[in-house]
Amino acid sequence: MHYIPHTEDDVRLMLDVIGVPSLDALFETVPEKLQLKAALALPRAAGERELLAEIAALAGQNANLETHDWFLGAGTYPHFIPAAVDAIASRSEFYTAYTPYQAEFSQGTLQVIFEWQTMIAGLTGLEVANASLYDGASAAAEAALMAMRVTRRSRVLVPAGLHPHYRDVLRTYLRGIQAEIVEPDSADAEALRASVDPQTACVVVQQPSFLGAVRDLRAVAEAAQAQGALLVVVVTEALSLALLAAPGAAGADIVCGEAQSFGVPMAFGGPHLGFLAARTRFLRQIPGRLVGQTVDSRGRRGFVLTLATREQHIRRERATSNICTNQGLCLLMATVYLALLGRKGLRRLAEMNLAKAEYAKARVRATPGLSLPVAQPSFNEFAVRVPDSAEASLGRALEQGAVGGLDLAPYAPELGPAVLVCTTELASREAIDRLIVALAGRAS
Amino acid sequence: MSDDGRRRVANASSGLAYEEPLLFERSRAGRLGCALDRLDVPERTPEQVLPESLLRDDVPELPELSEVDVIRHFTRLSTWNASVDLGLYPLGSCTMKYNPKLNEKVARLPGFAQLHPLQPAALAQGVLHLAHQLEGYLAEISGMDRICLQPAAGAQGELAGIMMIRAYHELRGSQCSRILIPDTAHGTNPASAALNGYEVVSVPTGDDGILHPEAVAAVMSPDVAALMITNPNTLGLFEEHVARIAEIVHAQGGLVYGDGANLNALLGVSRPGDHGIDVMHFNLHKTFSTPHGGGGPGAGPVGVKNILAPFLPVPAVRKLEGAEGEGYALDYEFPHSIGRLHGNFGNVGMFVRAYAYIRSLGPEGLRRCAEMAVLNANYVLARLRGTYHLPYDRRVMHECVPSDKNLEGTGVTAMDVAKRLIDYGYHPPTIYFPLIVPGALMIEPTESESLEGLDRFIDALLEIDREAREEPERVRGAPHHTPRSRFDEARAARRPVLRWQPEPSA
Repeated sequence: MHYIPHTEDDVRLMLDVIGVPSLDALFETVPEKLQLKAALALPRAAGERELLAEIAALAGQNANLETHDWFLGAGTYPHFIPAAVDAIASRSEFYTAYTPYQAEFSQGTLQVIFEWQTMIAGLTGLEVANASLYDGASAAAEAALMAMRVTRRSRVLVPAGLHPHYRDVLRTYLRGIQAEIVEPDSADAEALRASVDPQTACVVVQQPSFLGAVRDLRAVAEAAQAQGALLVVVVTEALSLALLAAPGAAGADIVCGEAQSFGVPMAFGGPHLGFLAARTRFLRQIPGRLVGQTVDSRGRRGFVLTLATREQHIRRERATSNICTNQGLCLLMATVYLALLGRKGLRRLAEMNLAKAEYAKARVRATPGLSLPVAQPSFNEFAVRVPDSAEASLGRALEQGAVGGLDLAPYAPELGPAVLVCTTELASREAIDRLIVALAGRAS
Repeated sequence: MSDDGRRRVANASSGLAYEEPLLFERSRAGRLGCALDRLDVPERTPEQVLPESLLRDDVPELPELSEVDVIRHFTRLSTWNASVDLGLYPLGSCTMKYNPKLNEKVARLPGFAQLHPLQPAALAQGVLHLAHQLEGYLAEISGMDRICLQPAAGAQGELAGIMMIRAYHELRGSQCSRILIPDTAHGTNPASAALNGYEVVSVPTGDDGILHPEAVAAVMSPDVAALMITNPNTLGLFEEHVARIAEIVHAQGGLVYGDGANLNALLGVSRPGDHGIDVMHFNLHKTFSTPHGGGGPGAGPVGVKNILAPFLPVPAVRKLEGAEGEGYALDYEFPHSIGRLHGNFGNVGMFVRAYAYIRSLGPEGLRRCAEMAVLNANYVLARLRGTYHLPYDRRVMHECVPSDKNLEGTGVTAMDVAKRLIDYGYHPPTIYFPLIVPGALMIEPTESESLEGLDRFIDALLEIDREAREEPERVRGAPHHTPRSRFDEARAARRPVLRWQPEPSA
């Protein structure tokens, strides 16, 4: 067994030192009737070569970015990942390391987290960011819980536009405590002004919305804060932060969401990378880990986990959250990605995504049978109304080798037959042209 | 700034020990680290497409670096980390076992890494098959009836477990408000209970380091929703009375939650499902070798007995039968489900790794893990006996907990021992946990450590004991051989600096 070094000689020697005659004797504290009498009913051990072949065959059954053109976003985004990201993420000094509790032996990990916190604060336009959360959905839930702690209120407003899975996770998290979720139909500031009241802890608005709409957050912030509620902005497409007005600058109190777009593989939904940033005055209520700068005994700069009195291993049942792990390695991938693209590259990439979307939308407008039912501007994702049914349109797209988008029937039936289309830098002009034809159902 | 206006970064490096500044200090305007494609559609500026009020100019906090800068930066940072691949990482209850490289290879196959969670199930049959198989393996290993892979970490698995217990009681109309938790429990246990609105009642561990039925019976009542138990517990001891304790809890309508962090000791030997556990979580990043990643990602699947199956998170993976055809589908229609915990299915990348691991080991290999893990911990205990204080000097499972008590009078504490171990090249064990052992050193070697590796580690500990008596200052000033030593943590908390900011111009 190549992962376990012990030889029979080793075992004999060790049993001698311990003073027991056999391995079985080591389990003497396990009551006889709780000990298994037979081996587990599992497949026998596979050799490396045969196992690799078998697993590769399973992988081969799955459509993926290398086999199809991809126009499906809806919370998980198909982006190119430069080779340098995995080169660093494959370093075992990073991926086989533990949580950096022992700072002297973890400065690599700690400095990376400090760099991530800095960049997320800048991208969100807020003052402090944490060391990541499991994913965007749980980040949204943690943000709502945080707002409730900060305001000592128990009502959470979740207007339409939040990713349905995020809304589901929020409901699950809030069910266990005395909290109320109210779901207004609209995230427009006027509508929200009517719904926000002195019991409202926060208003949770996604930007761009689930259907891709971009709105002016300043009026939404004013509507929330007029009653002492916090504005929580949720971002599922992190790349949008490179181009859209920073939510923090627009008045958001907490900005959270999903950073998978920054160099983290889609991987059928996980592991991904939740982020959360907030105003400094809410610092003590932030969930998750925080890395801070300090000096050592000789005055040299370094980094440590800090403000741990918020966390489970210190405060136990009075912790701000029960979270223990963050998404360390995914955070590393994102930090490397952001370092590679940088100030200019990330902006250019966002502009490319916007240009692709504008091209696709122009083609939609020029194609009989297709239309754009959502009036607001968008970034790289938008709804397309199709003739007959989204299922038929997507079926045609698939025949041509494209995963054409998300069937919106279960999510926004009020739009009629429609598909949520995402165009990133991966979508070639030709692939977009083919998609438009497939969605419309006839040559245009 | 130097005279010629260029920022110079101090080069304090020496030999192969590199001092590495922050990305933002390395940044130079005009550098780029990526090669984007040429745009094949008409150029549009953001101002042509969106109103100005919706746009930003720039993100000045992002650095500008070449690919060389970036690779050097992170490669150098990596050399400042301890890691399993470098050496023993004996953290108690963390199971820092070897992370097989085959697992990394298969997780990166495009057929797993480049899948979208919302792609049609018909286009994802391979990954659904793998997930379904993994569920079956975990059920067999644990003796639980049904598995859900969704929770993203052990703590999220605990959250799910307690939520299911709450849903169970609510459906029955039982008004339970409390949860029993042993005083040796990991902090996430009470935190998860509190997140579900439960009051935590602590159950004292006996003098022999395990829970006794009388202690549980004394606090058990129909008002108690559940008992949470870790087995083996955080002292490394098998909870011998677990079956009787479960009976006591069940008799008054409560359920038993099993924290599966220490499952490594039981693989192929004993099953929580046979102990009376109703719901448990697994840590794929502990028992099942998926890497710790510097603090994640992990994965915390839950297992339940049929009594709690209606409450499992959605979606569930179902194998199609008979007229439905072949393959797998995702089911969402579970009226009593606690709902979604994760935006998608959980950390699928970790499922692939854990699957490869279980298939690589097979039933004999898994049992060998438990045997060698337990052998290693008992060997450490045996060799430390007579030098380090052993608060519970009895047969342990996969971890042992000596303490610093024998060092009283030297001025050397568990913290100092931990820091001095770093000078010997070891990441320290867990210290000051579990809380019932003052000055605890919680050591879990795992089965990955060889005999000679253990001997070197134990020799280091014995040497540090000698140093504590003969040259205590050497220990108390440790670590001496690392690039940084003894951080001012109070300052970090008092004056939090949580991001880099440019120096204000003069």
